[in-house]
Amino acid sequence: MATQQTTTAGRLLVAPSVILLFLWMIVPLAMTLYFSALNYNLLDPESIRFIGFGNYLAFLSDPDFIGALENTLILVLSVLVLSVVGGILVALLMDQPIFGQNVVRVMVIAPFFVMPTVSGLVWKNMLMNPVSGLFAWISSSLGLPVIDWFTSCPMFAIVLIVTWQWLPFASLILLTALQSLDEEQKEAAQLDNAGPISFFFYIVLPHIARAITVVVLIETIFLLNVFAEIRVTTNGGPSTTNLPFRIFELATNANDVGGAAAGGIVAVVLANIVAIFLVRMIGKNLEA
Amino acid sequence: MARRQSTSRQVGFTIAAWVVGFLIFFPILWMFLTSFKTEGDAYAIPPKFLFFHWTTENYAEVQSRSDYLLHAFNSVVLSVGANLAGLVLAIPAAWSMAFAPTKRTKDLLMWMLSTKMMPAAGVFMAIYFLFLRAHLLDNLWGVGFLLMMANLPIIVWMLYTYFKEIPVDILEAARMDGASLTNEIIYVLTPMAVPGITSTMLLAIILSWNEAFWTLNLTNVNAAPLTNMIASFSAPEGDFWALLSAASVLAIAPILILGWFSQKQLVRGLTFGAVK
Repeated sequence: MATQQTTTAGRLLVAPSVILLFLWMIVPLAMTLYFSALNYNLLDPESIRFIGFGNYLAFLSDPDFIGALENTLILVLSVLVLSVVGGILVALLMDQPIFGQNVVRVMVIAPFFVMPTVSGLVWKNMLMNPVSGLFAWISSSLGLPVIDWFTSCPMFAIVLIVTWQWLPFASLILLTALQSLDEEQKEAAQLDNAGPISFFFYIVLPHIARAITVVVLIETIFLLNVFAEIRVTTNGGPSTTNLPFRIFELATNANDVGGAAAGGIVAVVLANIVAIFLVRMIGKNLEA
Repeated sequence: MARRQSTSRQVGFTIAAWVVGFLIFFPILWMFLTSFKTEGDAYAIPPKFLFFHWTTENYAEVQSRSDYLLHAFNSVVLSVGANLAGLVLAIPAAWSMAFAPTKRTKDLLMWMLSTKMMPAAGVFMAIYFLFLRAHLLDNLWGVGFLLMMANLPIIVWMLYTYFKEIPVDILEAARMDGASLTNEIIYVLTPMAVPGITSTMLLAIILSWNEAFWTLNLTNVNAAPLTNMIASFSAPEGDFWALLSAASVLAIAPILILGWFSQKQLVRGLTFGAVK
């Protein structure tokens, strides 16, 4: 149906978005690449000079960077595992014929709408505070030792907060996938006397495998960018500084334009590895 | 899992589901309750759940301490304004890709999606530098533009998946009747597309409202939205829990309500149509 006329019109209609997105992608990226090859400190603009891969070498041999990379991976992987496994369990539970499913759904999805700064501060203070926090009160009433979350295991505390934000997303998407499971398939499995465990592994899991992949990939994109939760709770430190936070520190505290840019390129490469898989995955769906 | 369920099993699952739902929701409920306490009650051990002196003083205090209305105004301007601009750009693009696809449409869509994968931190230095030089730091136009660009791929994608579902025959009938391109868009496509556009807008507003990388780093006072106002409670005033709670409730309430209304569309929007 694409006549010559509609094709030309189509190009004109798509052009503004494409041009803007192209500039949005290429200009910062080109600038970042350029900066990353410079020795450039905002406080000392006289000393700008080309140093090639110097920033990358400095960045990659910097223990703070290796730490930030490790923290990024710990955060992303832990939250992925917790939110996906938890999400499957919550979704399975919500898929049962329960009374008031809509209300449960509203409660489960709610944390997803809470802005990161709010979840960070509310958890840090009112729940995890070692003196007056609710968790401290619960542990001590049960006779358990009180945990000072942000002193003894800051990264775990952040993992918990971020998981709380992403568990609803995983649950909601996996529930949607579960609900599209064929009623007849369920009945057939029941006639075959399939136990709940084998039913789950042979019927349910393959059915939602695709949705799980989508959840993992999309969460990864966002989790690679976690920033505000760290900013308002620990504000960095060796055990919770991730890649975005390290770049932020270099840029604003050290005014190290070159270093921050090199770190940025590393982050872009990391995200692109994930992106390639995601784009391919969603692309397949376009054909269907 | 099966239709024939004993009532006792159903009751068991119902109780389990409600407990899980309640636990997940609890931090928000706790914040809500704390926002009505005095600071003394907020710190009380054992905690006071319902029997405390209820007060609304904290809410008034939020306004006088940190000018809630200014930040709420900025949040609204940024999330609504940026995404309205995004819609203006995205509707024609999604329309043409859905109804007049070419060989390259699929690649184009994929490429747009890939721009969303660019980590904000990755290009932070460049954007910060540009904003510094252009005097756009702490400026609504600057941050608004960033938020628009950050959401544009999602908006185009979501609209595209909705437009795909509009029957093409109707559009062709309109074309036969001599409707011009403009008329086709205004009188035929738009009414059918409004539900999809609304859902897209809702999701986009939620994402921008909660965006906390660009807003924290590029705004300070004048253009700072609610994410930034809340961050200002982190130190040293993090010790005012009732006040923090009231501010938090005010910051999340609008979007929580919007979100509950749009939860059905959420799945589709956030998975770029891969899960419906």
